[in-house]
Amino acid sequence: MKAIRKLVDNIKPTFSKGGKLSFLHSTFDAFETFLFVPNTVTKKGSHIRDSIELKRTMTMVIIALLPALLFGMWNVGYQHSLATGANMDFWQIVLYGFIKVFPMVVVSYVVGLGIEFVSAQIRGHEVNEGYLVTGMLVPLIMPVDLPLWMLALSVVFAVIVGKEVFGGTGMNIWNPALIARAFAFFAYPSHMSGDKVWVAGLTKGEGIVDGFSGATPLANAQAGLDLPSFQDMFLGIIPGSVGETSTLAILLGAALLLFTGIASWRIMLSVFAGGLLTGLFLNLVAPSPESYLAVPAWNHLVMGGFAFGAVFMATDPVTGSQTEKGKWFYGFLIGFFAVIIRVFNPGYPEGMMLAILLLNTFAPLIDHIVVQASIKKRLRRAVIK
Amino acid sequence: MSDHIRLRKGLNIPLKGDAKNQITKTVSVDIAAVKPTDYKALNAKLLVKEGDEVKAGTPVLVDKKRAFIKICSPISGKVSRIVRGEKRKLLEIVIESDHKNEYESFTTPNPKSATKGEIINALLDSGLWATFKQRPYGTIPDPEIEPKAIFISGFDSSPLAPDLDFALKTEIENIQTGIDLLSKLSTGGVHLALHASNYASSPFHRMEKVVIHTFDGVHPAGNVGVQIHHISPINKGEVAWTIDLYNVAAIGRLFKKGIYDLRKIIAITGPRAKHTSYIETLPGMCLTEIKEYADIKGDEKSKEAPLPIRYISGNALTGENVGKDGYLGFFHNQITLLSEGSYYEMLGWVKPFRAKKFSISHSYFSWLFPKKRYSLDTNLNGGERALVVTGLYEKVVPMDIYPMYLMKAIMAEDIDKMEQLGIYEVIEEDLALCDFVCPSKTEVQEIISRGIELMIKEMS
Repeated sequence: MKAIRKLVDNIKPTFSKGGKLSFLHSTFDAFETFLFVPNTVTKKGSHIRDSIELKRTMTMVIIALLPALLFGMWNVGYQHSLATGANMDFWQIVLYGFIKVFPMVVVSYVVGLGIEFVSAQIRGHEVNEGYLVTGMLVPLIMPVDLPLWMLALSVVFAVIVGKEVFGGTGMNIWNPALIARAFAFFAYPSHMSGDKVWVAGLTKGEGIVDGFSGATPLANAQAGLDLPSFQDMFLGIIPGSVGETSTLAILLGAALLLFTGIASWRIMLSVFAGGLLTGLFLNLVAPSPESYLAVPAWNHLVMGGFAFGAVFMATDPVTGSQTEKGKWFYGFLIGFFAVIIRVFNPGYPEGMMLAILLLNTFAPLIDHIVVQASIKKRLRRAVIK
Repeated sequence: MSDHIRLRKGLNIPLKGDAKNQITKTVSVDIAAVKPTDYKALNAKLLVKEGDEVKAGTPVLVDKKRAFIKICSPISGKVSRIVRGEKRKLLEIVIESDHKNEYESFTTPNPKSATKGEIINALLDSGLWATFKQRPYGTIPDPEIEPKAIFISGFDSSPLAPDLDFALKTEIENIQTGIDLLSKLSTGGVHLALHASNYASSPFHRMEKVVIHTFDGVHPAGNVGVQIHHISPINKGEVAWTIDLYNVAAIGRLFKKGIYDLRKIIAITGPRAKHTSYIETLPGMCLTEIKEYADIKGDEKSKEAPLPIRYISGNALTGENVGKDGYLGFFHNQITLLSEGSYYEMLGWVKPFRAKKFSISHSYFSWLFPKKRYSLDTNLNGGERALVVTGLYEKVVPMDIYPMYLMKAIMAEDIDKMEQLGIYEVIEEDLALCDFVCPSKTEVQEIISRGIELMIKEMS
């Protein structure tokens, strides 16, 4: 440790003000603070500080995403073997999934962090840790067969237009990972929807066994076809975006996020409640048992990206509601709109992405209403006396 | 009996080194300093020059705009040095003691029969007026404007704070005299807040001429601002006065003996203090008087050189870093000694276990050891970042206030919004825990301070 510290101290002047490479100051700082908790001491305000910092917060989210990522890798391989009829054992399945998914993760991080470093450099800021989470989220919400260059372009769009133009981490209005997905969704619709993109290999025309459909449960529901069993959907043995299929794996992550207090339980709970209640209501008014309205409400919670969105996307503190009361409304409306879009909009089988982006847009308004209520209360108090 | 208020939010930081109930030293102060910076928004004008002789109670400073505010010397002796900072800002008036303990004598009316005007005049004359802080803003109040009430906190909940029941147990009579006098200054009366846990054993619960309120909860339950918010919140245009119990005792002494006698019992605390206990001293005392309490060697088992010590006048959340030759602040009733956290920790942010670190977040394991006390140091534990996490400030602010929105209004210098969001109800100390918990290391107290300055400027 001392040797590394010494090395860092030796090269530090080169990157500091007046040094030869001072223009790389932010980059150096990012690496230094990655290696070492800096020796900065408090100068004003409280003399002592909690040992939590954003890096650790973000790391927790990444750990929470690991079950979904690992399951996703396995499922990519498993779905492939189902589709092609290939006889693969567990490790072959995992290896196949790893080979498919890992490059997506690498591309997402390299491109995204690259832009973050450059923009921090231009601004002369420290590199913010926000992208550590976004970089993991992006590959998990994309179909596995999305070409890597499209993934890269989506990330470029999300980071620059979705985040940096607003001022970087903490200032963005929409969840950057969802912006990446929305970009890909509207720019390359044929790679983002349909029955073939969700299972690795199908778009390249690899052989499909008879009777296998690559369609997601959402597409089935829309077409009025039978759904997989609730258990399969809950466990995640279904086609879908890489990390979204297993509600179980997602709930493992949710448990960590809730336990560490990093994600808001209010938002998570109210998204699920919103989806479930909306689903139940639609069940009641469904005109016929074949109608999409009649899909059992609890199925909505385990299909598509609902659980993933509720746990990892809706709870993004920057783009979500910031007041505790507002979080209830914000979450509930996400659940509500996700189901409504699914059921009533024939163009989009999945509603979660658009529901969250919509409520991201309205979160400041919700907060405004909550804060105004508090202001009114304060004013009333003044009038009575 | 009293009314009872239960606060569910807040945090007691488990810092090591609280003072044992024992007075280990009576300091005969050699050097003391008057620091104009102890008083918010004071426009200090010097009344003395180097070499002047002063007694305890001789005014050394006066406010340029509000000449009724006088700040007096705590000891008798000679002005030895006048320290100025940038732009000739007056920082310290250093007085060397002659150890004669001479006091200016003040004629005070009989506490029983004194009228409001007489009391105010006596307080103004003696310089004790400056011991009041008004809400809003925490500045020295204007005697012409009657406050809606006077609030006193009967307990200090800050980290390692002195136990007032112990530190003031010999002052009960003086405090009662002080309260008798204060009760004549406001028709709203005097309100004293006690902690519910030791209400019955507190020597203050039999005080007369006060309305007693009990509070249950962790820090900042002992902050008078939080208490006012729950007893009778400050609205626009209202003024309340606050004063701490030590200074109520000083008022009692002034009216009994006619002298400016500020001797008080303060706590020496913190992980780098040896024999943490109480000492008797005066405000403005030079910290060299307590050098034997500093644990220079640090952890003897450690092979590394000991970390330097930070000498804080006040508590670890709101105190002032004065250095080892600095002076005890006027309003500070404790000294906290911490290690400077000027070290690197390799990959510290990602280590699953960091036994010596405390966090309210469950991403560490300190929640498993609720009784453990920590030797926290002054490391920032990260770098300053954009605000990302929400809902944390709200957990440590037991007031009906949105700290994040108030902060943003201040940053935008939006006076109307600041007013609407409650700037009148807080001073820095009430939001000090936000500094502590913020993962983005935002300087909340500094921002609030800027907001208050802005309000004062705007309203004058």
